[in-house]
Amino acid sequence: MSGVVSAMTGPRRDPAVADRLSRRRRRMNRLVKGLCTGATLVGLVFLGLILGTLLWLGFGGLHWSVFTEATKPPGSHGGLLNAIVGSLIQTLIGTAVGTPVGIMVGTYLSEYAAGTRLGDAVRFVSDVLLSAPSILIGLFVYQVLVSPFGAFSGIAGGLALAVIVVPIVVRTTEDMLRLIPVELREAAVALGAPKWKSIVLVCYPAARDGIATGVLLAVARIAGETAPLLFTSLGNLNWSISLTRPMSSLPVTIYQYAGSAFEDWVQLAWVGALLITLGVLALNIVARVLLRPRR
Amino acid sequence: MSQSLSGGELKQARPLVRPLVRSSRSSSWGDAVFAGLAKTAGLLVLVLLGAIIASLFIGGWPSFRAFGLSFLVTADWDPVQDMFGGAVPIYGTLVTAVLAIVMAVPLAFGIAFYLTELAPGWFRRPVGTAIELLAAVPSIIYGMWGFYMIVPFMAEWVQPPLIDALGDIPVLGALFAGPPFGTGIFTAALILAVMILPFIASTMRDVFLTVPAVFKESAYGVGCTTWEVMRSIVVPYTRVSVVGGIMLGLGRALGETMAVTFVIGNTNRLSTSLFGPGNTIASIVALEFPESQAGSLKLSSLLALGFVLFVISFVVLACSRMLLQPGRKA
Repeated sequence: MSGVVSAMTGPRRDPAVADRLSRRRRRMNRLVKGLCTGATLVGLVFLGLILGTLLWLGFGGLHWSVFTEATKPPGSHGGLLNAIVGSLIQTLIGTAVGTPVGIMVGTYLSEYAAGTRLGDAVRFVSDVLLSAPSILIGLFVYQVLVSPFGAFSGIAGGLALAVIVVPIVVRTTEDMLRLIPVELREAAVALGAPKWKSIVLVCYPAARDGIATGVLLAVARIAGETAPLLFTSLGNLNWSISLTRPMSSLPVTIYQYAGSAFEDWVQLAWVGALLITLGVLALNIVARVLLRPRR
Repeated sequence: MSQSLSGGELKQARPLVRPLVRSSRSSSWGDAVFAGLAKTAGLLVLVLLGAIIASLFIGGWPSFRAFGLSFLVTADWDPVQDMFGGAVPIYGTLVTAVLAIVMAVPLAFGIAFYLTELAPGWFRRPVGTAIELLAAVPSIIYGMWGFYMIVPFMAEWVQPPLIDALGDIPVLGALFAGPPFGTGIFTAALILAVMILPFIASTMRDVFLTVPAVFKESAYGVGCTTWEVMRSIVVPYTRVSVVGGIMLGLGRALGETMAVTFVIGNTNRLSTSLFGPGNTIASIVALEFPESQAGSLKLSSLLALGFVLFVISFVVLACSRMLLQPGRKA
């Protein structure tokens, strides 16, 4: 049958050839689909491996003493209290300083500088800073705040983190303010509100969830940052909450402990790693849930 | 004609609107203050960038002056004789980042393809979120995990067979020579690949979603398979943004510090082998900076390396942003 058709109409109309071609195309399709599903599995497996390792090695060392004792010399059952408190303080400083600046920059980009050259430049630079190597921000703060004053300090660490917060908050604030319908602004203006009041009293509340998401993501990012703290707050194995002295933090303590030769320090490093990862992932998930109804 | 008419109407309308909007003197004053604050904050971002570049350049100036441009191509790192060159860390930075891209891009493409075309609808959000959570895991965790899990795995299962199988081939063998320590350039690149995977994958997914459904439906209508639609419609339509997403990943990989420091072996030796130890700009800065005297030529050389890293990543990230311009992503 197929031979007859082939003789009459040539190979392009030959069902056997067409069948082969179609089968090859479908095989290719199945192969690529399989590979892509495999790629996704690889990604998920990596996440699972990391979380599994942390739970496996970190959970065993989780005692109350981790939260009630400061770091101590190897062999004397210390905890991570000073590291946890130091991380909280520096993250708080970073968020408290970076958030208002970021919101103002985002407001400027969305409400005042749309379409202007200066606005484009600011947006461009902010986006580049968003992905800039964080260790360089540490070097920068060292040059500006640590080296001139001759001392590593908690405040320098907090400010280094603030530099990281700003572009994250800028991005979400601008995006969220742009989503606000023009009618809402017009309604405010029609009531006689000046522009700043329409922004502060109408736009900010309307964009509240989105901006909060940005802040949460920023907190999650800086809570795990190590590199910018190495040359600014340095880390401190003694209890200290003085802002003008070297301050401990979870990531830096993990860095110091993980590379050490003492078994109990490595164990504490795993506990710290577990705590910080769970905290950061929880913040991320909360941020996503917060944003969900808006999209 | 009609323009002048509407212009006349506007002029007439203005006095009616004005008293409402400028109801009080204090509100226009408030406007000026708020606008001023916003603009100051905007300028602050520009100043910040300028200050970062300036502080690194000024800090690195003694080193640039002492060694000139040869700083970029000499491999010495000798604190005793005060001879410093950045060739090894610059080479390590570029090689690990490029290798990471080579490993991450196919995986990221697969994930993006799966999430946009293959996964059932209810499945897309949780899987997408899980992949994005990979980006949220702090760098130090990748470092520790890599050091305790991946390094032994590489030393036991990956490097010995590859060295045995490929190490004796004349040219290619140089890439796979040396003892299987588990650490080294390849391990660092592998961890970097996992770290940048979510950035590239989610950018690709987002730009794939911008392809108008009509284009894809037309292709399906003439009998294309899913893969053919992807290859002939989606990828050509989005290729500029896809390259932008890859550049974003590259920019991230160049500056990663903690993860690399744990696994790269930290040796200032130019190694042709992928399994050989090396360092990157970020890792040498993280390790050597705390041991450097203030005002020393070594400290200055580290700051100079920081300046080089900033320039490289700025160029890469700027390219990425320009390519991604139309469909910007948070």
